[in-house]
Amino acid sequence: MTQDGARPGSGFTGGDDDAGPASGLVLPGPARPGADEPVQLIDPSGVRHPHGHYDPLVADVDGAALQKLYEDMVVVRRIDAEATALQRQGELALWPPLLGQEAAQIGSGRALRSDDFVFSSYRENAVAYCRGVDLADILRVWRGNASSGWDPYTINMATPQVIIGAQTLHATGYAMGIINDGADSVAVTYFGDGATSQGDVNEAMVFAASYQAPVVFFCQNNHWAISEPVGLQAHVPIARRAPGFGIPSVRVDGNDVLACLAVTREALARARSGGGPTFIEAVTYRMGPHTTADDPTRYRDPNELEDWAARDPLARLATLLDSLGLLEADYTDAVKARADAVAAELREGCLSMPEPAPSDVFRHVYSAPHSELERQQDHYERYLSSFDQPAQEGHR
Amino acid sequence: MSTMTFGRAINAGLRRAMDDDPKVVLLGEDIGRLGGVFRITDGLQKDFGAHRVMDTPLAEAGIMGTAVGMAYRGYRPVVEIQFDGFIYPAFDQIVSQVAKLHYRTRGAVRMPITIRVPFGGGIGSPEHHSESPEAYFTHTSGLRVVSPSNPQDAYSMIQQAVASDDPVLYFEPKRRYHVKGEVDEAEDLSASDMGSARVVTEGRDVTLVTYGPLVPTARDAAIAASDDGISIEVIDLRSLAPIDFPTVEASVRKTGRLVVTHEAARSGGLGAEIAASITERCFDYLEHAPVRVTGFDIPYPYSKLEFHHLPDLDRILDGVDRVLRRPNSLSGLDMEGPAQ
Repeated sequence: MTQDGARPGSGFTGGDDDAGPASGLVLPGPARPGADEPVQLIDPSGVRHPHGHYDPLVADVDGAALQKLYEDMVVVRRIDAEATALQRQGELALWPPLLGQEAAQIGSGRALRSDDFVFSSYRENAVAYCRGVDLADILRVWRGNASSGWDPYTINMATPQVIIGAQTLHATGYAMGIINDGADSVAVTYFGDGATSQGDVNEAMVFAASYQAPVVFFCQNNHWAISEPVGLQAHVPIARRAPGFGIPSVRVDGNDVLACLAVTREALARARSGGGPTFIEAVTYRMGPHTTADDPTRYRDPNELEDWAARDPLARLATLLDSLGLLEADYTDAVKARADAVAAELREGCLSMPEPAPSDVFRHVYSAPHSELERQQDHYERYLSSFDQPAQEGHR
Repeated sequence: MSTMTFGRAINAGLRRAMDDDPKVVLLGEDIGRLGGVFRITDGLQKDFGAHRVMDTPLAEAGIMGTAVGMAYRGYRPVVEIQFDGFIYPAFDQIVSQVAKLHYRTRGAVRMPITIRVPFGGGIGSPEHHSESPEAYFTHTSGLRVVSPSNPQDAYSMIQQAVASDDPVLYFEPKRRYHVKGEVDEAEDLSASDMGSARVVTEGRDVTLVTYGPLVPTARDAAIAASDDGISIEVIDLRSLAPIDFPTVEASVRKTGRLVVTHEAARSGGLGAEIAASITERCFDYLEHAPVRVTGFDIPYPYSKLEFHHLPDLDRILDGVDRVLRRPNSLSGLDMEGPAQ
């Protein structure tokens, strides 16, 4: 079965106690039958199923906490919609939507501690939201105003990475530093299914295993690397690769926010206690385009989108909340108001963003003076200032 | 003051840098128990521990990428690339990450990474072991590139590189590893600048610019030329990015003639950059177009022919003859004109 054929939740029958204490976990060694079945706590129809291994990891998630996770997902979906609108209105050059991946990002992002450090790709805006990013900072890069939106140390999240997979090595190196420091924080790296074909990701797993680095590899298998289906990247479930490097791995239903929270908590706990790296494959789906410049109708069967819409991460949590009597109108109205307020703040932050100065192009190339660059800057500034001076005879 | 080999001087400089700052860590293949294939890190793991001198898996991108992560965490990694020709798998991490993260994060993240690269030919090695890839990196904004040519500079510049908050490519001319020289280990590093060129020999007729492996050859050429009454000013750049142009410029204004020599291939190389920049700055002072004496535009040749590729004393003197328009040029060709 190729990755294309893998379907989260398909054939899921409920509690998995019979499969052992850590169903879904793939330990180094021969693949176990059944281990490819993604961990799932809330099924697509919104039914909460018991799980012998993972339930204790989310025992503290009561109704109010579930409501908070729902609110997070509604807000980030609204951020996505607002940013897409801003791009269509010409205010952003580009936007990479995360539509459909809210549960994977919120579930994992809410498991992190503030002193953990995230190395992500460019699509993890919901993770940045969990880290407490100033909203307008999310748009800074896409508006073309800066090369990065935020100071990585203010939210302990690195500048989003555009080169596919490069950040997995940075996370591993950071985790090696954590070991040297004797700290118990964790480096977490996010990447997509396409990235798993890159050498960097594979080298990151070699290094992480060799040094038993406290790093969590969080792969969002969203089934498409621009127009290339995951089947082109992997002929077996991606999670199966990690044990070959000596790294335990787990497949999780990436549209199930509770399951994503549970498996990430387990991986973080393992890393903090000296247990080394973990690989998580969150099986999810990118419901929108790769970026706003993309046209998925050219390569994607509409039926596939319909299938995945039926597994929408927000809808299933809403159904669960409704069944628990936690989706009353006053609550949903408050969530909507919150999302609208965030969207308004995002729009205002985007439109009021100050334009960079021409000389900013020269700033921060080096941390110390650099003679050649200073010369170029000096020439260019004098050239620009010449436009401000009155024309003299002999000048053009 | 003590006498030591070029290689030992790097070792001593690394040792002092590690003594001075516990955040300095070394990463590379075989650098621990073996001390590196050239023994440059000999004894450092024994004295500083495996957590500071880390033998890594055999993966250049992995070494460089994890160094980036360690720098994010506040460390000052010193990476050893085993041989020049092995740096290419790490190229993306160097030019897209190491070089750009300070810029990308508007100064929030520093990349104080030193990348040590044994480079250049002349030791009879097989392919991929004798290359001169420095121009790839001098072309990349955000990197500093240096190359010491003698034990004192090797000792001093490795410490300056490690102390720099910018990433530094530190190109070690491997055929000079065993050359001995005086090293003042008490040198006040704050008094010198890693980016400054050094006038090796003063002269009045021709400025001869070079760096790293060819500095001793250029100095020998100056001595040989003096027998013919030609006075050559030899400049050791030391820093390839940025280049200390004011020093070169001052020399060319005096001599009116420029020869640049390096082992790397000619096209798009540093010689082209120096010739163009000096022509822009000193056009009215030049008596002849600048001349380059370089390796050929070929893959590095097998060892029995490598000395045809590497500029030697005679080829350098031929270049000097050409800028002087001397009739006894060995080649007899005007390299700037069409072939006859």
